[in-house]
Amino acid sequence: MLNPQLTKNGELQHLLSIEGLPKSIVNHILDTASSFVSISDREVKKVPLMRGKSVFNLFFENSTRTRTTFEIASKRLSADVINLNIQASSASKGESLLDTIDNLSAMHADMFVVRHAQSGAPYLIAKHLIDTKQSHVHVVNAGDGRHAHPTQGLLDMYTIRHYKKDFTNLTVAIVGDILHSRVARSDIHALTTLGVPEIRAIAPHTLLPGALEQMGVRVFTNMDEGLKGVDVIIMLRLQSERMSGALLPSAQEYFKSYGLTPERLALAHPDAIVMHPGPMNRGVEIDSAVADGPQAVILPQVTFGIAVRMAVMSILAGGHA
Amino acid sequence: MKLHIQHGRLVDPANGIDAVRDVFIDGGVIAGVGAAPDGFQADRVIDATGLVVAPGLVDLSARLREPGYEFKATLESEMRAAVQGGVTSLVCPPDTDPVLDEPGLVEMLKHRARNLLQAHVHPLGALTMGLKGEALTEMAELTEAGCIGFSQAEVPIEDTNVLLRALQYANTFGYTVWLRPQDAHIGAGGIAHAGPLASRLGLSGVPVMAETIALHTIFELVRATGARVHLCRMSSAAGLDLVRAAKKEGLPVTCDVGVHHLHMTDADIGFFDSNARLTPPLRSQRDRDAIRAGLLDGTVDAVCSDHTPVDDDEKLLPFGEASPGATGLELLLSLMLKWADDQHDPSALTKALAKVGIDAARVAGLPAGDLAVGRAADVVLFDPAARWVVNGAALASQGKHTPFLGYELAGQVRVTIVAGRVAYER
Repeated sequence: MLNPQLTKNGELQHLLSIEGLPKSIVNHILDTASSFVSISDREVKKVPLMRGKSVFNLFFENSTRTRTTFEIASKRLSADVINLNIQASSASKGESLLDTIDNLSAMHADMFVVRHAQSGAPYLIAKHLIDTKQSHVHVVNAGDGRHAHPTQGLLDMYTIRHYKKDFTNLTVAIVGDILHSRVARSDIHALTTLGVPEIRAIAPHTLLPGALEQMGVRVFTNMDEGLKGVDVIIMLRLQSERMSGALLPSAQEYFKSYGLTPERLALAHPDAIVMHPGPMNRGVEIDSAVADGPQAVILPQVTFGIAVRMAVMSILAGGHA
Repeated sequence: MKLHIQHGRLVDPANGIDAVRDVFIDGGVIAGVGAAPDGFQADRVIDATGLVVAPGLVDLSARLREPGYEFKATLESEMRAAVQGGVTSLVCPPDTDPVLDEPGLVEMLKHRARNLLQAHVHPLGALTMGLKGEALTEMAELTEAGCIGFSQAEVPIEDTNVLLRALQYANTFGYTVWLRPQDAHIGAGGIAHAGPLASRLGLSGVPVMAETIALHTIFELVRATGARVHLCRMSSAAGLDLVRAAKKEGLPVTCDVGVHHLHMTDADIGFFDSNARLTPPLRSQRDRDAIRAGLLDGTVDAVCSDHTPVDDDEKLLPFGEASPGATGLELLLSLMLKWADDQHDPSALTKALAKVGIDAARVAGLPAGDLAVGRAADVVLFDPAARWVVNGAALASQGKHTPFLGYELAGQVRVTIVAGRVAYER
């Protein structure tokens, strides 16, 4: 199967994963996003790039933050947004994923923003749209299982570029539950694509996927060693169901070994920035003193996230030549 | 019905024949090879010029989905698929609904299959009631009803003590226990080979040690009990190393592999192609190469189609929700020919046909895969050069899903003869 997210001409048809995206497309998205950042500061926070287009937010898994930012991004592009919380509707009535898609396509959807608990679900939708010759409909992956969360990866890159300018001299550490994290995977692909020379993963063995080194990552299990001299720290959220059991004994012990405290942050480069995809567990993966401290760029990430999502959607809709 | 198959290239691995020989069939058995028996008057002469004449294929794992899963496939459709694929004997696992743990169910299945006058069906009985891994089934009764061995299908026994008792009991009567080596916990819920691809795609993994840990346990129990165990669908290089060592040690074990694992790796999952979702999962290239080599050195006794018809509704789902399995009965022959072709050795065809013929029959204890005079006339005639494209329309099976969809394969069955009767021809 060909990479379903690019057209035959190598243009972006769907955004499914950062893996396999050419650097030029990644940079184009980031450049486009920077032109949208200022819109949010204007009195009238709208541009007409997607006027008359219908964006369906299909969330098969709970999310408030991501869904909201996609909704805001769509509205600022003047698109019509329809939010569907599928958990509460069709799926519970036994309708299959592709039946849902066909029904919504019949309502003249132009874009699906999809979150699903299963890795690869947006690929199934994209392939179905190709098979049914609906090339005018676009899919944006808003997080699939453990696989990818490409708009989060892109907004993380936007944030890093904003503060660090150049990717080619950076050391970036990703800390926490990498095994279950789609954000980590998207960040790793994006950082690799943009030429970051050193990507580190810091976690206990139980939270590291196998063969991670083959993704171009240096693995550390000791956080103090892993943080030495890094320019960017990306903290990951630890899901509460994983805090006690066979993966980890307790949240307290996790914080002791892998919580980002001011003391640990001091091991990083003095200008290091601290990122987190949210929502944070204060006192589990990050100390409040760091989360609210001067090196944290967690709230700007959220702001940039809207601009990046506007960029992705407008490029897919073809409204931003 | 007296049949005369003339001018064909007879490849009969059991008797070391690879030559142009005529075959004569009378009364359901082979009446003559090379020369006609005295006074033989054929009712029908089949011209096999340019075709290979071989023993009908013996498939050690084909799910017919009856009883219980008729929406996925029916006995009619799958038995048609078998003869269209040149398969004349097949072994079916007990994971139907209800599970094959009652003699009555086995008798009914055998009866239904017999009435279709197609391939011979040899059920495996459940090793434990409901495959629950708790209470033993009535193995002697089930054997009387037609079971040729006992299996847990895809459900590993959690309680090792039950497995020990099952092997002891089976061995009391000399029954073979068929086990797919898979730890009950490690890799449970996994959907792809635990390796770089699964990590990248965010798919939960089934590590190789899920297979090797189970093998260590099984071999230790075989040492203790002396029970004969057939290991189903080995998937890894490390697992085959353990089997090789066990055989060298003299343990009474045999093993098979699924035909998909002979050609494909986890990389064939590509962008989450659910057609490549199989159990056990497709593994790394190293594992695949070891499986291919295992056929040559004899570590692998047989290759099965691992035929598992799955309907569209259960495949057109996200990878992790899709049902595992692929249709296989009609691909088995072509995929074995492909392996043989890759060996660049003229004797490889004999080897390939043995793995789905006499060697498989020996594993299962079946009187099949042998075209000597007096043997059952289960014969396949195929054109080794004819090419066909794998697609839904070409398949008689109700299962249309296979990772080989769209592939062009060589080897097309022209005639399948079961017990001296033409069961399929094109």
